[in-house]
Amino acid sequence: MIDFVGRKHWFFLISAILIISGIISLAVFGLRWGVDFSSGTAITLHFEKEVELGQLRQELADLGYDSASIQPAGEGEFFIRLPQISSDEYTQLKQGLESGLDTKITDSSLYTVSPIIAAETVRNTVIAVAIASIGILLYISWAFRKMPKPIRWGICAVLALLHDLVIVIAIFSILGWAAGMEVDALFVTGVLAVVGVSVNNIVVVFDRIRENLKRGVSSDFEIVANCGIMESVGRSLNTGLATLFVIVALYLLGGVTIRTLILALLVGITTGIYSSLCIAGQLLVVWEKEEWSALLPWAKRTA
Amino acid sequence: MKKGSTGLLIFIIILFGISLWVVWPNNEIRGHTGFPLGLDLKGGSQLVYSANLSGKDPSQTDAQALEGVKQTIERRVNAYGVSEPTIQIMQNEQGSFILVQLPGVKNIDEALKLIGQVAELDFREQVVGQGGNTTWVIAKAIGSSGQEEELTGKYLKPNATPRMNPNTNKIEIAFEWITEGAVLFKQITTRNLNKPLGIFLDNELISAPKVEAVIEAQGVIEGDFSLEEAKTLAIQLNSGALNVPLTEIGRRDIGATLGADSLKKSLLAGIIGGALIILFMIIYYRVSGLVACLALLVYAALTMAVFRLIPVVLTLSGIAGFIVSVGMGVDGNVLVCERLKEELRHGSTLQRAVEQSFTQSWSAIWDSNVTVFIACAVLYWLGKTFGNFTVVGFATTLFIGVALSMFTQVVVTRAFLRTVVSSGLAKSPRAYGVLEA
Repeated sequence: MIDFVGRKHWFFLISAILIISGIISLAVFGLRWGVDFSSGTAITLHFEKEVELGQLRQELADLGYDSASIQPAGEGEFFIRLPQISSDEYTQLKQGLESGLDTKITDSSLYTVSPIIAAETVRNTVIAVAIASIGILLYISWAFRKMPKPIRWGICAVLALLHDLVIVIAIFSILGWAAGMEVDALFVTGVLAVVGVSVNNIVVVFDRIRENLKRGVSSDFEIVANCGIMESVGRSLNTGLATLFVIVALYLLGGVTIRTLILALLVGITTGIYSSLCIAGQLLVVWEKEEWSALLPWAKRTA
Repeated sequence: MKKGSTGLLIFIIILFGISLWVVWPNNEIRGHTGFPLGLDLKGGSQLVYSANLSGKDPSQTDAQALEGVKQTIERRVNAYGVSEPTIQIMQNEQGSFILVQLPGVKNIDEALKLIGQVAELDFREQVVGQGGNTTWVIAKAIGSSGQEEELTGKYLKPNATPRMNPNTNKIEIAFEWITEGAVLFKQITTRNLNKPLGIFLDNELISAPKVEAVIEAQGVIEGDFSLEEAKTLAIQLNSGALNVPLTEIGRRDIGATLGADSLKKSLLAGIIGGALIILFMIIYYRVSGLVACLALLVYAALTMAVFRLIPVVLTLSGIAGFIVSVGMGVDGNVLVCERLKEELRHGSTLQRAVEQSFTQSWSAIWDSNVTVFIACAVLYWLGKTFGNFTVVGFATTLFIGVALSMFTQVVVTRAFLRTVVSSGLAKSPRAYGVLEA
């Protein structure tokens, strides 16, 4: 039997490092907001002939788009971010590039969002996230209503959930800085899906602990919790792996348009497995036994 | 075999058969063969217009005025030859918006010009040109200001109504001119007496009735239309006579090759991922894994059948939602398989272990899926409010998928496992993945 609960200070230490570096990254780099939230125009152009990045930058500047941010996105393909442009301007831009670079644009994608829509998207996203959080909080407290201290179970579940969310958001902050990864509406979708899946994992583990409590496995809550976690390991790992098989395949092969969704799911599901097995139940034990010092890694010897 | 178990098995097989038939690409379901594909898979454009309702007729509600704009756009888009356009009205405290989806349009710049214009109704008279060809020319007359003016929809009162002509028993549309329109119309009907007068909407001939008397203030448009069509036309006339200017505020184009490429790649990803899941389940859980995989096949067919029946427009994010729901489906089955192993390890008989594994895992399956439903409901609302079809696609398929996966776990997996157990084909606990005896 693996002692998941006994090693809790190690798990807390790992998570603390991840979360603190994540918060630092968020504070320093923030997130790169996509057009959904910040308004503007995002264009993907595919040129028939190879085009140099510098050449393209020069052409765009000549057309009056000095502030364009350009990223190469594969063979002959570029991703360009501009302030919002109209359809007429877009047609002219394409024609200008075709004549200036002496090549044809074989395929193009465009996403343009006005400040009106962006402002509304931001507002609605905030509302949606708030409603989802309240709904899930209410649901968790209801799901654990028959536990001796339902609030504790609910709070521990929410803490484990926040842990997953902070890590997902932090990874996007780092990728935004390192690889230009933008945060769009699909990222929010991915995050909310992660919330669903993550709570799912935690609920399954807590369900097991609850069952062991009812059965009276042991009078020591630490053993009860560890049994519950142990019994969930097979399920958590297998389900997680099965889902990750497909998600990884989708990430490697799937379209660029839903990359943020898939990546959020990939990171979220991975940390979700970890937090459900290594964080959520352990937090309950700490609370139950009032071993608050276990949360501080340097105090572990005395714990 | 348990009582009722055979019946259930037959039901499942029939359900699977029906699902396969529904999913089969060549069968036409609700007017479609194959899945209707969203913009991101088919390529095409989505446009968002903000409608300025400040100049609308006070007698019309905002909703009526917007409905007219929607109809006008629909008519134009159809005339342009776009298959299956989607046009939606969105209203909120920020204003009124019109969302137009044009799947598969290559030369969007042309289509844009069509949509952005205001509806135009005009009356034309026939002119015999050189060589005896007759052409339609917009009818002009001297207005009250003494200037020559074209007779167009801007002189119509926005109160055109469809009605039944008691003499012919045909549906017609009655309209009225404003004072200036009546002045023009009188002159035009006088000089075109006993000649046809063409009524054109967006440069399309609707009808060409013969002028039988000099008319001033009002008239009718006859034509071979049903009441529904006449209503639609009346709405269009009324909005055409109105000025509801549209401003483009958002646009999303997805390149056709990008769309096709995405579809191919995500299908491949789905197949590879699915194959890995099946392999993994069978190696790890043996017989119960195989049973779970069969149940998952039923599940996949059933879900896709529901998608086609609704019908759900497939988007890339929708496929991702479906895949996550398959993950949740696997989850439920894994929960059951794990329970089964456990019960067998504790020395239960096979029958008892199967029953126990379902009873015991139900609370976890139910509890854990509720949060996904909450997230889906919120996402669906979020996607709808700003017309983000990718978010809506994900929420829809994930919701349907998770709901159906709960059904398959409880009904299908259980029926299959019971059948396998009672058939006596696999008796050893090892066959269910229990390694230690």
